Amino acid sequence: MMLKLVRSLALLAIAAFIAPVANAQLVIEITRGQENAVPIAIVPFGWESASAAPFDVAEVVAADLQRSGRFAPLDRKDMIDRPTAGDQIRFQDWRYLKSDFIVVGKLTPNGADRYTAQFELYNVLNGQRLIGQSVAATTASMRAMSHRIADIIFEQLTGIRGAFSTRIAFVSAEGVPPKQQYTLIVADADGENQQKIASSSEPIMSPAWSPDGQNLAYVSFESKASAIYVQTLKTGERSRVSARAGINGAPAWSPDGGTLALTLSRKDGDVDVYTLKLSSQTLTRMTFDPGIDTEPTWSADGTKLYFSSDRAGSPQIYEVDVDQPQRATRVTFDGNYNARPRLSPDGKQLAVVHQDSGNFRIAVVDLKSKGMQVLSGGRQDESPSFAPNGATLIYATQDRGRGVLATVSVDGRVQQKLAASTGDVREPVWSPFPVGK
Amino acid sequence: MRVTQLVLIVLMSGFALAACKSKPPTLPDASNAPAETGAETNRAGENDVTNRGLPADEQARQAAIQAGTIIYFDYDRAEIKPEFVPIVTAHAKYLNTNSANKIRLEGHSDERGSREYNIGLGERRAQAVRRALMLQGVTEAQITTVSYGEERPAVQGSDEAAYAKNRRVELVYGR
Repeated sequence: MMLKLVRSLALLAIAAFIAPVANAQLVIEITRGQENAVPIAIVPFGWESASAAPFDVAEVVAADLQRSGRFAPLDRKDMIDRPTAGDQIRFQDWRYLKSDFIVVGKLTPNGADRYTAQFELYNVLNGQRLIGQSVAATTASMRAMSHRIADIIFEQLTGIRGAFSTRIAFVSAEGVPPKQQYTLIVADADGENQQKIASSSEPIMSPAWSPDGQNLAYVSFESKASAIYVQTLKTGERSRVSARAGINGAPAWSPDGGTLALTLSRKDGDVDVYTLKLSSQTLTRMTFDPGIDTEPTWSADGTKLYFSSDRAGSPQIYEVDVDQPQRATRVTFDGNYNARPRLSPDGKQLAVVHQDSGNFRIAVVDLKSKGMQVLSGGRQDESPSFAPNGATLIYATQDRGRGVLATVSVDGRVQQKLAASTGDVREPVWSPFPVGK
Repeated sequence: MRVTQLVLIVLMSGFALAACKSKPPTLPDASNAPAETGAETNRAGENDVTNRGLPADEQARQAAIQAGTIIYFDYDRAEIKPEFVPIVTAHAKYLNTNSANKIRLEGHSDERGSREYNIGLGERRAQAVRRALMLQGVTEAQITTVSYGEERPAVQGSDEAAYAKNRRVELVYGR
């Protein structure tokens, strides 16, 4: 399989390059890029040996920066020179190629299955060195190391922490209804390194990352009724945390990772939000309305929950203080359908599913001004999730009758689609930043 | 659903069915959904003749399945429409023959809107059918409900015809 990266902004020339990477099942298409993307040259890294280089670091770095929409990496075939260190760069050549920045580096063996990548970032216009660093990797971690290099370059040039080392979880559904196979998948943010977390002929839905990125909570109907499971990614160890009568749905981790907010309907069928303390299994009811109350998400400080409720007739977003669950207040007022809130990492905005003249779209609501901005343009867009740096949202949409994933920058300017080679993909959730970096 | 509403629906069902005939034929829920129920009835495939000689219990079950096993709903609604009340009645009749008889109600929604909200909507529909059965004497212990929301569509498609077939409660025995 190959990873194909296509930029199809009408104003820009169509440039496709194909990377020899195994197991890529998501095809990424940049549907709209930023017009003033910064031109940058990522020169192939040097490798001082007769044997072939173990990994193409520059290719992954260039693909990451391109996907951000903020950078336009120079096509390799336009490079007239391949410097691997700063003292080899002839800056006038790169100025002529209209690159604002250049990255050069080399990979050197450093013991058995150990490598060091040294890389430098220069401003082409004034020849100033902005970064000079080295990072280590094994063959297996070469891709992860390349994402780290992209993160470092991205942060240096934009002031925003890079999210290229993060992952996404999503659900795929294959086959024709009503007989489908549902699979929960975790992949790198670029769609590579896909791992199957769970698979069932009964629905799987609502994956949620624990704040430390080590566990996923999700809903599975494998026992012919909904239940919430928590699975540790590294070990595959799994526990069933809620299998009560009625709905067990919409799990959301508290910021401290100790409590899940969830939706239950219990025996009487009243759909309400609860919290479940994981250590003690203490269940606390958070909503008391006879309508549908669901899709909880926590405030950054863990004192509040935002959720969807149709208590006023159609779904809208409400908030409730977890210490005073009786009193919920309404948050959204624009339009007759706002649901599935997700808080931005800075805590200032909610991403929601918003009905906009008959279409379901992703919108962000500013919590202070209550102003709403619609970011997507599909018919059936849902499940928005913020990247941990807050710069991008991933969501599910439809493309020619198939479920695909899409990303959009929070200013709405950069859009891309990630389609699986077969079946539908849906319910993407972006992981937190890796711990300890 | 409240008792008064249900009684009203039962009383009005004859009138409403008559009124249906004058409805414009383009209304998807009036045209598509009952047709689908009819198809289900045919698939059950057994008639009164073959049912003779079966225990009364089994006869009531066959009659219930023939009456229909799927109840369709309007967009974002959970009220049982008059044309589906006979289905509820037929299943209640069977379930009332023996308190050991059990039924599973599977609530579903169409694909529009967010997934967990749709789980709530499917649950509300399953609960509407549960309450209608209980009002006809079926006990709580005989009924289990599950909501699949939009996760298990009956048919694929993103048009009103597909949506109308996916907004449903399926009445299931032995699952």
